[in-house]
Amino acid sequence: MSKFIQELVNGLTQGGLYALVALGYSMVYGVLKLLNFAHGDLYMVGAFVGYFVLQWFGGPTALVVPVPIVLACMFLISGVGVGGLGVAIERFAYRPLRDAPRIAPLITALGVSFLLENTMLLLFGASYRDYNTSAFIPFSTGIHIGGVNIWIVQIMVIVLSVALMFGLERIVTRTQLGRQMRAVATDREAAEMLGINVDYTISATFFLGSSLAGVAGVMAGLAFNNIYTLMGFILGLKAFTAAVVGGIGSIPGAMLGGFLIGLAEAFITGYVSSTYSNLIVFGILIAFMILRPTGLLGKVQLQKV
Amino acid sequence: MAVEPKESPGVGVDEWVARSAERKEYPPGWRGDVQRQFERVGWWPRLGLAAAVGVFIPLVIGLNSFQLQVGIDALLLAILALGLNVSVGWAGLLDLGYVAFYGFGAYGYALLSSNQLNPPNGIHWPAYFSIPLVMILAAGLGLAVGWPSRRLIGDYLAIITLFFGEAFVEFVNNVAPTKLGGPNGIIALDPLHGAHLQITTLTGYFYVLLALLVLSMAVLHMLDTSRAGRAWRAVREDPLAASVMTIPVNRVKLLAFAIGAMIAAMAGTVFAAQQSNVFPSNFDTPYLILIYAGLILGGAGSMSGAVLGGLLVSIVLDGFLRSPNQSSYIFYGVILITLLVKLRPWSRVAIVIGGTIVFGFVAHAIVGAISSTAVAGTAGANDWIDLHWAIVPANPVTFGNICFVALLCLVVTLTQVKGWWRTALMIPTLYVAACAWEARLSQVPAITRLLLLGAILIVVMAWRPAGLLGSKRVEVV
Repeated sequence: MSKFIQELVNGLTQGGLYALVALGYSMVYGVLKLLNFAHGDLYMVGAFVGYFVLQWFGGPTALVVPVPIVLACMFLISGVGVGGLGVAIERFAYRPLRDAPRIAPLITALGVSFLLENTMLLLFGASYRDYNTSAFIPFSTGIHIGGVNIWIVQIMVIVLSVALMFGLERIVTRTQLGRQMRAVATDREAAEMLGINVDYTISATFFLGSSLAGVAGVMAGLAFNNIYTLMGFILGLKAFTAAVVGGIGSIPGAMLGGFLIGLAEAFITGYVSSTYSNLIVFGILIAFMILRPTGLLGKVQLQKV
Repeated sequence: MAVEPKESPGVGVDEWVARSAERKEYPPGWRGDVQRQFERVGWWPRLGLAAAVGVFIPLVIGLNSFQLQVGIDALLLAILALGLNVSVGWAGLLDLGYVAFYGFGAYGYALLSSNQLNPPNGIHWPAYFSIPLVMILAAGLGLAVGWPSRRLIGDYLAIITLFFGEAFVEFVNNVAPTKLGGPNGIIALDPLHGAHLQITTLTGYFYVLLALLVLSMAVLHMLDTSRAGRAWRAVREDPLAASVMTIPVNRVKLLAFAIGAMIAAMAGTVFAAQQSNVFPSNFDTPYLILIYAGLILGGAGSMSGAVLGGLLVSIVLDGFLRSPNQSSYIFYGVILITLLVKLRPWSRVAIVIGGTIVFGFVAHAIVGAISSTAVAGTAGANDWIDLHWAIVPANPVTFGNICFVALLCLVVTLTQVKGWWRTALMIPTLYVAACAWEARLSQVPAITRLLLLGAILIVVMAWRPAGLLGSKRVEVV
């Protein structure tokens, strides 16, 4: 039983990250119908930004300010910085291709992803970098009942990701910007005719989605310690699939899909096999995408001719 | 009285289609004439001519072993781009798991030509038996991977095939390490052999690959001009309309996958035989991007484009980038040619080039006056440039990294401004590019190569989506 709860918490932690990255995928896919391969790499950049903020405050063993302030700065700077990077990528790479055949922006996205990965490789090398979170947030803080050990960082990741998702849900459903985003997602031309600034709306969508990925990157660094330049690619794939599992374009769906995939991965690693966990997860995801491409909460879309 | 058309097309021929040659635009002047003359030569003579050039290059120039290896890699990439062109260019199915078929071919050959299976003697089948078998199996695998394309298109298909590619690498890395070798791969493979003939020299493999390339081009050309080729293009343009025209859309898509997979597997077998070992890392995403860069640069949808792009990307990135001296010539040459071709009018070209040179000397003099160590480095091979023009500090790594990031920012800004601002901004951009190159990029060819691959995909898609030789797609609404 204790193992079950342990794996459950691990799965929720991982799932929260998937869900945050999946949200960005889902939003961008919603407004542009573009599978942004570079999104996973934005998560990687976010992890690196958080790492350097941490170093700037004196490094994990010799922090010069209280821990909560450091954490807040890491999340904020990473979120804003990566959000800005996402906006820049959209303006530079995707905007000229908005009316091109669908295959063109996909290939561009592949190129952007590759360029980001290798720029980071050039700047920071291939070696792993260590957040060393336990040096400033000891493992002993948290919940320890029986054999179950829940670190406070895990709780923070889960709580913060759920909070961010609810915040995003409110932005999308309750604010003017959210209405504009939904309008652009439904029909870009019609939205433009109604006086919505489509360029601005798309930029804002990229900013929100990318900053969530940046925050998720910092969380990954805090919770799993190791960060490296290729950490985003596979995670991006899985997060996109999480968005598909939940139903692309749907925010609760992306949350649900992210947590489901995180849980599935944790339980497969814990109970079946850790060597084959990636293979099994890939298999499940492929099967799911083939059998139910509209996802759990998605609606079947009729093709207009 | 109705106006008579000049030359009425024959009965049953659509007028719009019949006039396609007239609508085609030729560049003005001698370039148009050359193009017209070239198009009068038939496809088969052109293939023969290209093959003859390929045959004579090693004979006439006398390539050394490094150059032969570059040629072999280039031919492999050309074959792979050709195969990828079938699904991506012709059928319009974005297959991001393509490199796994290549890996499948290589591993298939490795298992059938080494001591890995059935120890201690292993299996050592002759090539004329093992290669067709592997190709047929790969076609079956292609059908399986293409199966989702019956229901999913576009992004969903892309992501599923990408999963498949990743799953292949995971599979050979983790499953049955005694058979597949895990990360250590399979080593000591037989060279291509059969019927008293054994190919062991680089020259031999060069010609084998050349023959396979020409053969695949011939077969694909026949397919392209047949019913299947027309069906692929119809499905690419509009699957719904194609199905209304009674084209069996699903079968046509699967055929594209199967044929692409067969060609990739064929390339994989020769790759494995030539290297005499296979490792999972040979078939990972970077190689996929390399194949895509070749195809996209040459022009998806055009066979000669795919081959040219594959050869070009491989020769330039793998051949010339290896030695810093040649790579610098390529770097400055490409920049110069791009400026000459893309920038008009001429006064602007002169301003940009002259301005960059002057800017460099001034910047170098100012920085040198402030601190002599800041310009003391000679990281690149072009010592003169490093000492007198580009800023290369004694410890160039950090400075080079900063230059590279600045370069990325400047390029992004450059695309956002217009007119004279753009011309003015080009000068510092070019200079920063040169500094980044001299201080950092020329020192790490492996990473530079990957950066360039990503950049090729973005730049080609933004400026010339049809690639070098592809024809512009006309959207019929």
